[in-house]
Amino acid sequence: MQVTSTIRETLVTGGKTVRDVSEDISRQVEGKPTNLWWTAFGISLVFLLFGFYCLCMLLWNGIGMWGLNKTVGWAWDITNFVWWVGIGHAGTLISAILLLFRQRWRMSINRAAEAMTIFAVICAASFPAFHMGRLWLGFYWALPFPNAFGSLWVNFNSPLLWDVFAISTYFSVSLVFWYMGLIPDFAVIRDRAVRMGSKTRALIYNGLSFGWQGGAKTWMRYESVALILAGLSTPLVLSVHTIVSMDFATSVIPGWHTTIFPPYFVAGAIFSGFAMVLTLLLVTRKVFHLEDYITIYHVELMNIIIIITGSIVGIAYITEFFIAWYGQVPAEQYAFINRATGPYWWAYWSMMTCNVISPQLFWFKKIRTNLVSTFIISIIVNIGMWFERFVIIVTSLHRDYLPSSWSMFYPTMYDVGEYLFTFGFFFTCFLLFAKFFPVINMAEVKSIVKATSEKKH
Amino acid sequence: MIMDSNKNFVVGVFDDEDVLLSAVEQVREKGVRIHEVYSPFPVHGLDEALGYRRTRLPIAAFMFGITGTILALFTQTWMLGYDWPMDIGGKNHASLPPFIPVTFEFTVLLSAFGMVITFLIVSNMKPYSWPRQFDLRSTDDKHVMAVDLADNKLSKAEIGRILKDNGASEVNEKNF
Repeated sequence: MQVTSTIRETLVTGGKTVRDVSEDISRQVEGKPTNLWWTAFGISLVFLLFGFYCLCMLLWNGIGMWGLNKTVGWAWDITNFVWWVGIGHAGTLISAILLLFRQRWRMSINRAAEAMTIFAVICAASFPAFHMGRLWLGFYWALPFPNAFGSLWVNFNSPLLWDVFAISTYFSVSLVFWYMGLIPDFAVIRDRAVRMGSKTRALIYNGLSFGWQGGAKTWMRYESVALILAGLSTPLVLSVHTIVSMDFATSVIPGWHTTIFPPYFVAGAIFSGFAMVLTLLLVTRKVFHLEDYITIYHVELMNIIIIITGSIVGIAYITEFFIAWYGQVPAEQYAFINRATGPYWWAYWSMMTCNVISPQLFWFKKIRTNLVSTFIISIIVNIGMWFERFVIIVTSLHRDYLPSSWSMFYPTMYDVGEYLFTFGFFFTCFLLFAKFFPVINMAEVKSIVKATSEKKH
Repeated sequence: MIMDSNKNFVVGVFDDEDVLLSAVEQVREKGVRIHEVYSPFPVHGLDEALGYRRTRLPIAAFMFGITGTILALFTQTWMLGYDWPMDIGGKNHASLPPFIPVTFEFTVLLSAFGMVITFLIVSNMKPYSWPRQFDLRSTDDKHVMAVDLADNKLSKAEIGRILKDNGASEVNEKNF
C-alpha cells in the first residue's frame, strides 16, 4: 500500500521500500572501504599528525608558541573555539528543534548532522583546554574540586566557568541523544550479520545496540525518551552559544560589550552549522550514493535556513554599527570604525561579503537547488563565519586603551597547526563514523517511507 | 510452516504496519494474549492497541532534573557564600542570577542521563546480553507478533489460524 500526498514534497525518491532502506544504508557498513575513503582518511591523518606534533610542542614549551602578545591575548584559539562550537549547533537544531516542530525532512540528515555536532564540540573544547597551558592541571582550575590552595572553589560568577559547564553538558547530552538514535540501527546491522553468518560483526554490533529487540513497549519508551531529550536539548543548544557570547558580552571591552550578542551568536552558529552540514552531506551523499535519501528538496530547505539565519546575522552587524553611533560612546564608535577601516579592514570586508551578501544568492531558486553553487556558498559561509569571530575578537583587542600598547596579531605555525589538528581530528572521526556507523537513521526513515516515498511506477 | 510440537511461541509475521494494527486489535478481541510485537520502526498507536500503560519515564526525567537543580544551587551557594566567600567587586558573595547558567546546565545533564539510564534498566538493555530473537527480519522490514503458548488456552493451530486470518503473511513457531 503506497500513499502519495499531493501536498507534501517527496522525501525519499526512487520508490524505496522499507527493505531497500536497510539494504542501502547497511551496505556501506558491511562492505570494504573504497579507495576514495582511504585517500580521504590518509589526508585527514596527515593533518592530524602534523597538528599533533604542533600540540606536543605547545604543551612542552607553553602557549608562547602561539602568536599571542600582551595586547591580543585571545586570537586564533578562541576564534577557532567559537567557530567549532557554532558549527555544532546545526546538528542539535536538526535533531531536536526540528523534531519538536515535527519536520520530517530532518530524518535522513539528522544522524550525520549530530555526528558533526559531537566531533565539532570536541574540536572546540580542545582550544580553551590547550590555552590553559598546563592541561593536566585543568581539572582543578575548571571544575569545583577541593584543591591544594585550601579549597578555593571555582568562580561561579564567571561566564568562562559557565562555558565549562555548558560545553561539557552540551557534549554529553548530544552524545547520548545521538547514541540513542543509533541503537535500533546497530540492531539492524547485527541481525543482517547473523543472517550473513558474520559472527564477530554480530557480536560487536549487538554490544553497540545494547541487545536491542524492538518490542512495542521498548519503542514506546524510546519515543518518549527521544522527545524529552529533544525538549532538553532545545534550550540547551540556545544556552550554549548564549553563554559563549557572554564570554565577550559581560566584559567591558568596546566591541564586545553589547547586549545583542546572545541572539546574534546563536543565529550565527546555526548559520555556520548549516553551511558545514551542507558541505559534509553533499560529499557524503555523493560518495555513499544516498541521492534518494538526501534529495534536492532537503538541500533547498537547508539553504532556506541559511538565508534566514544569514539575514539575521546581517541585521545584527548593521545594528551593532547603528548602536555604536546612537550610543555616542567614543570608545565604542572608534572600535567599530576601526573594524571597518583599520588595519584589519580586509577581515571585516571578507566577513561582510561572505556572510551578508553570499547567502542572499539563495533567494534564486536556481541557485539554491543547484548542488555546485550550494557547495561553493556553503564553504564561503564557513570562511565568513571564521572571519566574523576573528574580527570580533582580534579587532576589539588590538587597539588597547593606551596607544603605546597597540599591536597586531600574527599567527605562528603553531596557531595554524592546532587549527589543522582539529580539521584532521574532525574529518578522521567523521570518516570513521561514515564507514562503521549507519549514516542515515534507518528506523526513522522507515517510519516515513510509506507516506513520503515516491510512488512506484 | 508448522514443524514439531515442542515450541513455546507462535510467531506471526506481518508485512504492513496498518494490517498489523488491525490484526493486534482483532487477535486480542478473539481472546489471544500477545506476548509482544517487534517492529523495525515505531508504529503509532501500537502501544494503545496492545493496551500498554503510558510510560512513566517523563516523571523520572523530571525527578532527576529537579535533583540537579537543587544540587547545583545548593553547591554553588555553599561554596561561594559559606565555605570560601570571595569579594568580587564588592558584590554579594552569593547571588542567584550568576548561578542560573550552571544550575540550568546541571539540571539538563542530570535529567538526560538519569532518564536514559532508567530507560536502559527498565528495558533490560545491556551491551553483553543477546536478545531473544523471534524473527531476524523484525529489525529489517517485518513486524513480528509473538504469542506465548503458555499464556494462552487456545491451541497452537487455532492461534496460527487467527493470525493468518488477520493478515499475517507467515506463521512460524519458535522455541527458546
